[in-house]
Amino acid sequence: MRYIDSAGGRPRSAQDCVVYLDHAATTPMLPAAIAALTEELTRVGNPSSLHNAGRRARRVVEESREQIAEAVGARPSEVIFTSGGTEADNLAVKGLYWARSAADPRRRRVLATPVEHHAVLDSVGWLASHEQAEPVWLPVDASAVLRPEVLMDAISADPDSVALTTVMWANNEVGTVEPVAELAAIAREYGIPFHTDAVQAAGQLPVNFAASGVDALTITGHKIGGPVGVGALLLARGVQPVPVLHGGGQESEVRSGTLDAPAIRAFAVAVGATVAGRDDEASRLAKLRDDLIAQVLAAVPDAILNGAPPGPARLPGNAHFSFPGCEGDALLMLLDARGIACSTGSACTAGVAQPSHVLLAMGTDEARARGSLRFSLGHTSTQEDVDALGAVIGEVVERARRAGR
Amino acid sequence: MTSLRVLAAMSGGVDSAVAAARAVDAGHDVTGVHLALSANPQSYRTGARGCCTLEDARDARRAADVIGIPFYVWDMAERFDRDVVQDFVAEYARGRTPNPCLRCNEKIKFAAVLDRAVALGFDAVCTGHHARLADGTLRRSVDQAKDQSYVLAVLSPEQLGRAMFPRGGSTKDEVRAEAAARGMGVAAKPDSHDVCFIPDGDTRGFLAGRLGSAPGRVVQQDGIAIGTHDGAYGFTIGQRKGLGVAAPAPDGRPRYVLDIEPTSRTVTIGPLESLDVLDIVAERCVWTGCPPPTGPRDCLVQLRAHGEVHAATASPDGDLLRIRLARPARGIAKGQAAVLYDGDTVLGSATISATA
Repeated sequence: MRYIDSAGGRPRSAQDCVVYLDHAATTPMLPAAIAALTEELTRVGNPSSLHNAGRRARRVVEESREQIAEAVGARPSEVIFTSGGTEADNLAVKGLYWARSAADPRRRRVLATPVEHHAVLDSVGWLASHEQAEPVWLPVDASAVLRPEVLMDAISADPDSVALTTVMWANNEVGTVEPVAELAAIAREYGIPFHTDAVQAAGQLPVNFAASGVDALTITGHKIGGPVGVGALLLARGVQPVPVLHGGGQESEVRSGTLDAPAIRAFAVAVGATVAGRDDEASRLAKLRDDLIAQVLAAVPDAILNGAPPGPARLPGNAHFSFPGCEGDALLMLLDARGIACSTGSACTAGVAQPSHVLLAMGTDEARARGSLRFSLGHTSTQEDVDALGAVIGEVVERARRAGR
Repeated sequence: MTSLRVLAAMSGGVDSAVAAARAVDAGHDVTGVHLALSANPQSYRTGARGCCTLEDARDARRAADVIGIPFYVWDMAERFDRDVVQDFVAEYARGRTPNPCLRCNEKIKFAAVLDRAVALGFDAVCTGHHARLADGTLRRSVDQAKDQSYVLAVLSPEQLGRAMFPRGGSTKDEVRAEAAARGMGVAAKPDSHDVCFIPDGDTRGFLAGRLGSAPGRVVQQDGIAIGTHDGAYGFTIGQRKGLGVAAPAPDGRPRYVLDIEPTSRTVTIGPLESLDVLDIVAERCVWTGCPPPTGPRDCLVQLRAHGEVHAATASPDGDLLRIRLARPARGIAKGQAAVLYDGDTVLGSATISATA
C-alpha cells in the first residue's frame, strides 16, 4: 500500500493544507482584521500630512495606538510602531546598547539567554562583532527557564558594565514561559534596561506592560491574527534607544518610515479582539494541546515532550517533541504529504532544517534535537486537527525511523 | 503506465528542472528535493548571501513552484564530504585521478538519497542527467556532446532500477527551449562546470590545503632526477604544463607526466609516445547492459569523461577486467572509470587500476 492513500491524496497547494499546526510561525488573520485592513487600503492619506486626508489617516493611527496601549497595559506614547517583531527586537537591542554605551563606555555587557529568537540572538551577535559588545549568555535549565538567581549573579558580578538585559517572555520553539516580572525586577534594582520579546506570549498570556516592569517589549501583528509586516516596540517613558532607521522620525524620533495606517489599524483590531477573548481561548487551546500531547505519546510512547510540562510555564498552544531515531525534516515532509503543517524549528536560508539552538541550549544532544517537531495551535485549531495528527503520527514516525539518519 | 512516487533531485539547473516537469507530465507523483552538499553547512546561515549554493537552492525552489510540486532541501553535506570530497582527496593522495561526479552518483544521488527516498515511500529518483534509460539499460544521450552516461555507468542494476533520466532524449537546446516554454526562470541559466566543491577551479590548491606539502622528485624515465615538486597529488597522467622542470628536454620536445608513484612521491615524465597504453587492468566491475561476460568480448571503451571512444576487447579475470585496446591510447589515468559500450548502449564499467 502506498502510504499517501491514507491521507486521501496529496495536497497541491497551501489552500489544500487541511490541518494547520504551525500557528507559532504565523496564524490566519482574523476576519475583523481583514475587513479593517481592506477598508483602510481603499483610502488615501499619509499620517504625517497636514491636510484633511493626512489628519484622517493620523487619526486611524492614533486610535489604533490607544487601542493597543489599552490592551497591553501601556500608555499610548509608549507604543512605537515598527515593521514587525524583528525590527522591534533590533531597535531594542541595538538601540539600547548604543544609547547606554554612549552614556557610559564601561557598559559593554549584554545579558541574554541562548534560547532567544534569532532577531535578538543575531542582534547581540552583531553588536559583539561590530560594536565591542560582550555577550553574556545566561544558562537556562532543561526546560529553557532562566532562573532569577542566574541573572542576579551575572549582574551583580559587575553591574556597571551591563548595557542591557533581554529575555523573551515565551519561547517560540518549546513554548517555555520565562519569569519575566521577577527578572525585570532584578534588572530594575540596578537601573539596567530590560527588554522582552513577547511576540509569542501576547496572544495567549496576560501580557501587561506596566505590571511586568520591563522597559521595552516587542509584539507583532501576524502572530495574533493581524497582518504580516506590522508590529510594535513598547518603550517605557524615559527609555530612549538610538534609532536603527533614520529618516522622517515619524515615531517619536525613535523610528522613521511612513506609518502604515491600514496595517496598523488591522493590527489594533487583532490585538483588541485577541486580548478580549484571550483567557477563554487560552484554556480552550490548553485542552486541545493536552489532548494532542496525549495522542502523540499514545501513538509514539518513546516520544519526548520538550520544554516545561503543561501548566503556567508553557504556552497553551505549544507542543514540542523529540522523536528518537528520526530526522525532523523527514517527519515534516511525511506530515506535509498528509496535509499536516508543522515545524522543525528554524531552517537556514537555503531551506536546510537546523538542529534547534533552543534545544541545544537546554542540554539536548544534537541527534535528539534534529529529530524534533513543533506543533502549535491557534484560533482556528479544532479537535479534528488534533485527531488528524493523532491518526497518522505513529505511522509517520515509524516510516521516518526506517529512513534513519 | 504506472504512476510512481518520484523524488526529483533538483540542482537548480535547467536539466533537472525539465526532468522533474517531464516526470509530472508522465503521470508520476513527484516531489522536488534540492541536495545541500556544501562542505561547510554553516555557510548556509552565516554570510551566505550571493553564494552559488543559495542561488541554486532558490532556483530549484522556483522551478518546483512553476511545475507545481512540493519542494524540500535535504542536507547531504556530511555524506557528501565523507563519500565524495574525502574520497577525492584520498584518491589523489594514492596517485590516482578520481572522477567526483561519478562518485557522487554512486554514493550520494543513487545511494544515500535513493535509500532515504525509498525508506520514505518513494519508488524512484529522477535526475537531469544527459542519458537514456529504458528497461534497466543505460544509453548515451541523443546530445552526444553533453552525454553523461560515463558518470552514470558505475551504477548497479539495482540502482538503475530505481533511476529515471527523463531528459536524455533531448538535446540541450531542446531542453532550454522547453524550459522557456514552461516559464522556468532557469531556461537560460549557464551550465555548471568543473568540480562543484572547488568553485575556483584550482584543484591543486584545494588538494594542497587538504594534503599539505609533500615534496618529491620529478624524474626522467631513466630515473635521473631533473626537478622537485611540492606534492605528487598536483599531477595527472598526461599533464604537460606546470611540471616544475627548468631545463628543456635534450631533444627539445614537450614532456608529459607518465607515472605518479605515491609512496616515494616520484613523478616520472617523458615524451608523448611513452604515454601510449594498450593494456588496462580495471577493478570493481559493474554490468548493466549485458550479463557479466565469461570470456573476451569486443566492445567500445571510454576512459575519461567526454573522452574519445576506443575499440577494445574486454576479458574478465576473476574480480578484475583486462582491457586490450585495438590501438594505443594516451593519458590513461588510474582511478578513472573504463566504461564499456556497445554502440551507444552502456554494457558496464570498472575502475582503472593499472595500465601498460
